[in-house]
Amino acid sequence: MKKIAFSQIDNLLAAIAATQKLYMPVETAGQYNYGEWTPGTTYNPDVLHTVKSAKSVFFPQSEDLIRFKRDGMNLSISPVAPEDEDFVVFGVHACDVKGFAVLDRVFLYDPVDAYYTSRRKHGTIFSVMCKAPEETCFCGAFGIDATEPGADVDSWIADDALVMRANTEKGEKLLESLGSLLTDCDDTAADQAKAETKEILGKLPLADLNTNGFGKDVDLLTLFNRPEWKELASGCLGCGTCTYVCPTCQCYDVRDYNTGKEIQRFRVWDSCMYSDFTMMAHGTNRPDHTQRFRQRFMHKLKYYPDRYEGVFGCVGCGRCLQKCPISMNIVKVMKKLGGEA
Amino acid sequence: MQRVSAKVLERVRQLMADGTVAKVVGWKKGEFFYDCAPSVFETVESLDDLVYDSFCASNLSKYMIKNSVLPEGQTGKVLVLLKPCDTYSFNQLLTEHRIQRDNVYILGVGCEGMVDIEKVKAQGVKGIIGASEKDGILTVETVYGNKDVAVRDVLVNKCETCKGKTHVIYDELISENEDEGPAGDRFEGVRALEAMTSEERFAFWKAELSKCIRCNACRNACPACSCRKCVFDNNASGIASKANTDSFEEKMFHIIRAFHVAGRCTDCGECTRVCPQGIPLHLFNRKYIKDINEFYGDYSAGETAGQRGPLINFTLNDVEPQIVSDREGN
Repeated sequence: MKKIAFSQIDNLLAAIAATQKLYMPVETAGQYNYGEWTPGTTYNPDVLHTVKSAKSVFFPQSEDLIRFKRDGMNLSISPVAPEDEDFVVFGVHACDVKGFAVLDRVFLYDPVDAYYTSRRKHGTIFSVMCKAPEETCFCGAFGIDATEPGADVDSWIADDALVMRANTEKGEKLLESLGSLLTDCDDTAADQAKAETKEILGKLPLADLNTNGFGKDVDLLTLFNRPEWKELASGCLGCGTCTYVCPTCQCYDVRDYNTGKEIQRFRVWDSCMYSDFTMMAHGTNRPDHTQRFRQRFMHKLKYYPDRYEGVFGCVGCGRCLQKCPISMNIVKVMKKLGGEA
Repeated sequence: MQRVSAKVLERVRQLMADGTVAKVVGWKKGEFFYDCAPSVFETVESLDDLVYDSFCASNLSKYMIKNSVLPEGQTGKVLVLLKPCDTYSFNQLLTEHRIQRDNVYILGVGCEGMVDIEKVKAQGVKGIIGASEKDGILTVETVYGNKDVAVRDVLVNKCETCKGKTHVIYDELISENEDEGPAGDRFEGVRALEAMTSEERFAFWKAELSKCIRCNACRNACPACSCRKCVFDNNASGIASKANTDSFEEKMFHIIRAFHVAGRCTDCGECTRVCPQGIPLHLFNRKYIKDINEFYGDYSAGETAGQRGPLINFTLNDVEPQIVSDREGN
């Protein structure tokens, strides 16, 4: 294990940013989202969750894919090359780290998503432990240990130091590059910090939440046809907040934008809450809002586990609990429809 | 938390049990004490989960567009719980012929102000597991210990300058002489923006609006945004969009939306309350309300149903476009 004095953390970030791009929680007008480090950026350890998850670094809300331009009788088509610069994402918590695993299963395999794959290849994830988890946290329900994120580098805030350990080759390379800024240490401080966080996790109100009633072993149609969906969806505004703050929502739309000079074909996060989600010529894609609402939760709790060996498509970060305008969220759905079934 | 709470719950139950109403649009008990959700209740038993407390900030008026259309065979009305400020939105929707009034039973409920849990958390309170209120102090119980916050400091934005305790429309009222809410100057934030140089103001909005993720929470919560198909959802419109395509659109989307609701916005504050990025969208609306007041005399959208707003009512004394340059662009 390596460590650095917590007071030196901004120097650590500057040292990383000196050699490659660095993304971390950055404040804009009072809110934290992942953004690029610039001189003067400081790390705020009191911020547990960014509004948008760390997903936005690897799978940005919108990105250009192709540009079309007409010049007389010629049409030029220029694909936008995937980004291929090395970068580091700092400050990711366990939930968002495990969120990448959910996205990986979709984007890294056939059909491979070149843009996401390139960023995953070039990105080094530097996690920071959750020092003060909140009542909205429930990563434990999905078997996630908040104290062992399993990123390229994991780190723990212990007393007045940031203690870190590389888990992968990429992580080792990063820590090596930081050289004399770091000093060696044993596991004691990290173990102590982990124990403290675990104690808090055990006291949180959602500590006992479980996934009974969901997953690949339950009957799909029984869950699909539960009458309770209607009432659960009755207050839903149909906005995209839950999907846009979610670290595992992966659906996107592809659109053309006419700049007047050229056409930019871009992809953009989509939301199953929207009326035109997966709209096709037949025009009958989930015409009712209850169906759209159901889709989101069925995807996380049933379709995804069915497709990927029982792994759930939710990591329990709790952003939807904090951000839904009407306070409807996956925990309420799980408690209403789950249980001992 | 709300002194009329018990009476409200009891009365709703009565009205449903005796068949006066077949459905109730109200707030449903949450997972925690602060996260009740707007919900439609269809049986007397389901009313066990109905709540009315200091966390029922959401405005239920807009739900009545959909819920005032009765399914075939339903005889009873649909009851909706409205706080004083919510009734302005309801009236405005009636003016716009968006609610079938005859099918609605409005139970007006007294309000002592609503608490914004985000503001509690902004005071560094984490891991909240319970709370109790006494003499204007909210004692919040957390896994990290207890903390006291003054209710006055954590009121929902709209309650900081309370619209008053009068219900402008109702069928039945349950109130108990609630104390007048804080009578602050609701245009204070607008005045602060007007006092800035145009460069400062541009920088302020640029930072705020750059956070927008186009989730449409503001639009979907807004009772004045009730178009059957929003132009931004209409793929045939050419401007349907799920993200801000460029920095111009990023800056203009909310300004245009505010113009679209100008003269109809009742200042219910839902836009700011629901924004996941904390953008103070109500400042746009209040700027237009302030301008309308200055140009046409004090006007309050939704004060009476059927009223004709100044922006759709020509008079010879109407302000000329020249006003923009007279006010040096403000």
